[in-house]
Amino acid sequence: MTDEQCSLFEPGHRACGGCAAALAARAILDAAGPDTIIVSATGCMEVFSTPYPETAWKVPWIHSLFENNSAVASGITAALKKQGRKEKVIALGGDGATFDIGMLCLSGAFERGHDFVYICYDNEAYMNTGIQRSGATPYDASTTTSPAGKCSTGNRRPKKDLPAILAAHGAPYVATATIAYLPDLKKKVRKALDTEGPCYVQVHAPCCTGWGFEGEKTLAIARLAVETGLFVSYEMENGVVTRVKKVVRKPVEEYLKEQRRFRHLFRPKRNDAEIAKIQAIADRNAEKFGIDINLKK
Amino acid sequence: MIMPLGLGCSSRPGTSRVNRTGSWRTFRPVFLRDKCTKCRLCIQLCPEGCIMEESEGFPVPDYTYCKGCGLCAEECPAEVIEMQKEEK
Repeated sequence: MTDEQCSLFEPGHRACGGCAAALAARAILDAAGPDTIIVSATGCMEVFSTPYPETAWKVPWIHSLFENNSAVASGITAALKKQGRKEKVIALGGDGATFDIGMLCLSGAFERGHDFVYICYDNEAYMNTGIQRSGATPYDASTTTSPAGKCSTGNRRPKKDLPAILAAHGAPYVATATIAYLPDLKKKVRKALDTEGPCYVQVHAPCCTGWGFEGEKTLAIARLAVETGLFVSYEMENGVVTRVKKVVRKPVEEYLKEQRRFRHLFRPKRNDAEIAKIQAIADRNAEKFGIDINLKK
Repeated sequence: MIMPLGLGCSSRPGTSRVNRTGSWRTFRPVFLRDKCTKCRLCIQLCPEGCIMEESEGFPVPDYTYCKGCGLCAEECPAEVIEMQKEEK
């Protein structure tokens, strides 16, 4: 039996075909191993993996609410510490639970310095309840609460920079990863677990249903997000960026035109002004993190 | 004093296997062996975790759970996975 064959995340869960969150869950458990306690916030992953009386998880798993995910993880961490046990605690949440609803408890847990890892699978909206915008929804994405139409080009606000906020709490290790590069994701999860103190990993996980693309394109879309500079995969140690995934950048258009949530930028006619604004976001990312590889011509 | 919690519920690990998601499938991935390089990429990136390695090292999908998303066929570097329409 190989590692993959004794998976800690069993098939039979109700995720859509080609779900990135399901893939992220498998990769996270592969990296973490069986001595792990998962605390899950409400969200797509919680709903599709544990319809009562079934569960896809083969590690201890607890769900309470949207908002108190980090508080439950803090309590478990404290109890394990008191008993002198070495199990690792992972708090898992979607971007809605992490960026918006659970922010208070997350901030509290990081400020108190509990030794656990918070992993956010970021699909950039509330997918479980029907694609409402969240603090992680990128600029100009059309969702059911930021619909694009005659008077709107979708979500008006930029994505919240949560890794920076959590690094500002004094977190020793903050990283972003993507399902497009699974070995890198696993390495970052492992590193976060091995680092003492509160650590945060944000996993970019494209949602085929919410973003509007075919399930087989999940990895291709995730790769494009990195290659266009709209998502930067990096590691931050004690507030300093120490490693960045460098790319030969593609125009953002290649990423946008593949998805239904950005369709209004191309139909009925091309909206060059808005595409230029999104390109500017990618350019700012590239400058801030230095992701560009300049090929010699 | 220890207060018993009367709330909540629990279930046995890995019980989702009773739910045979293979019935969702409209396209079936067919693995052609002759050109397979045994790179194991499909085994790693299947969101269901239902592609196994058989004794010779070739990947074998478990059609009981495969939802037919086509991610393996799309990503296979040797292009040896074919999506064929499901006949029921």
